[in-house]
Amino acid sequence: MSLIKDLTKGIYRENPVFKLVLGMCPFLAVTTSVENALGMGAAATFVLICSNFLVSLFRNIIPSKVRIPCYIVIIATFVTLVDMVMNAYLPDLHKSLGIFIPLIVVNCIILGRAEGYANRHPVLNSIADAVGMGIGFTLAMVILASFRELLGNGTWLNINVLGTAYQNQPLLIAILAPGAFILLCFILGFFNILEKRKGGRQ
Amino acid sequence: MNSTVLLTTLLAAPDSGSQGFDLGKMMAIIIASIFVNNFVLSRFLGICPFLGVSKQLDSAIGMGAAVIFVMTLATLGSWTVYNLLLVPMELTYLSTIAFILIIASLVQLVEMILQKFSPALYRALGIFLPLITTNCAILGVAVLNIDEKYSLGYSLVNAIAAGIGFTFALILMAGLRQKLEMADVPPALKGKPVAFLVAGIMSIAFLGFAGLGG
Repeated sequence: MSLIKDLTKGIYRENPVFKLVLGMCPFLAVTTSVENALGMGAAATFVLICSNFLVSLFRNIIPSKVRIPCYIVIIATFVTLVDMVMNAYLPDLHKSLGIFIPLIVVNCIILGRAEGYANRHPVLNSIADAVGMGIGFTLAMVILASFRELLGNGTWLNINVLGTAYQNQPLLIAILAPGAFILLCFILGFFNILEKRKGGRQ
Repeated sequence: MNSTVLLTTLLAAPDSGSQGFDLGKMMAIIIASIFVNNFVLSRFLGICPFLGVSKQLDSAIGMGAAVIFVMTLATLGSWTVYNLLLVPMELTYLSTIAFILIIASLVQLVEMILQKFSPALYRALGIFLPLITTNCAILGVAVLNIDEKYSLGYSLVNAIAAGIGFTFALILMAGLRQKLEMADVPPALKGKPVAFLVAGIMSIAFLGFAGLGG
């Protein structure tokens, strides 16, 4: 029962992006297209699961004084792995994510889960937590990326949705840097209203 | 390796022999890093401190100074380790791990040195230093310098300019947010959402610099 709870809490109730406002840099930077968002989400989720697994496995061995450097080395190892695999098999995606692949190392969500959850919970729960948080992060990125790709390019996952007439005059700002900030503002505001409604009913 | 060879290696770009120093290219790097590709507003690096420490002007200035300082040192460390250690030993795939360890230990070292020799500066920057380890702008500038194949001179210029660009955005944001406290904001957008909106409008302003650096 608690396993399912660990799994689902990251998706909405403790969504790392919308509720905890963590991991903003990759979140804003790679959401120019849904494809990039999915790629980044998969990479981050893989690193999150592996690091949570190892941190949880070694939670009684790692001395608490040097735990943060240990976590960083564990995370950096898996990030290097993802970097190499992606470079070999998905070179286009690797190119478009660019610098943000090595920057998964300093993604606050991953270090945050290692420090805040995995070092105090058994292995299975930690993996469930990582899967949930990873899905939550990916979902959040896909939501923002959908808006940006649809408004800025007229497509969704490279499928033409709004027609060529729109594509000739798209709302270009959505795909540029300011669009990410402004759309995120509205999405966060929407979640705030949702939260208030829910609170009012109870 | 004798000292002349070492010096040429340090000053030249790793890919193109003896490029030396080009003032025009240096100016282009500076303008690009501060305005055109501003780290916060167009590259999305260092968003967490940008939002977290921009509530007050004083702390924004302190954080900015700490970032410029650590960024320069981290670039010096990471460039040296990459080009003089990892490249000759063909271990470049270890660069991510090496860089984050350099940054983490550097931050610790700076903290210890400041505490010992300059308590005043330590009190001013102290609380910001631990936050800097997980600031992606620092790792970002180290990785970017390697990707762009800058020589050590250009790397350092790029690091300082990126730090100034970060500080610039942070100070502007802090000034705006102090005013925002008084503004009549819709309740749903209070706090973080409206901060993102302000950042978006600032980002539009910075779009105007596009094309400046060529």
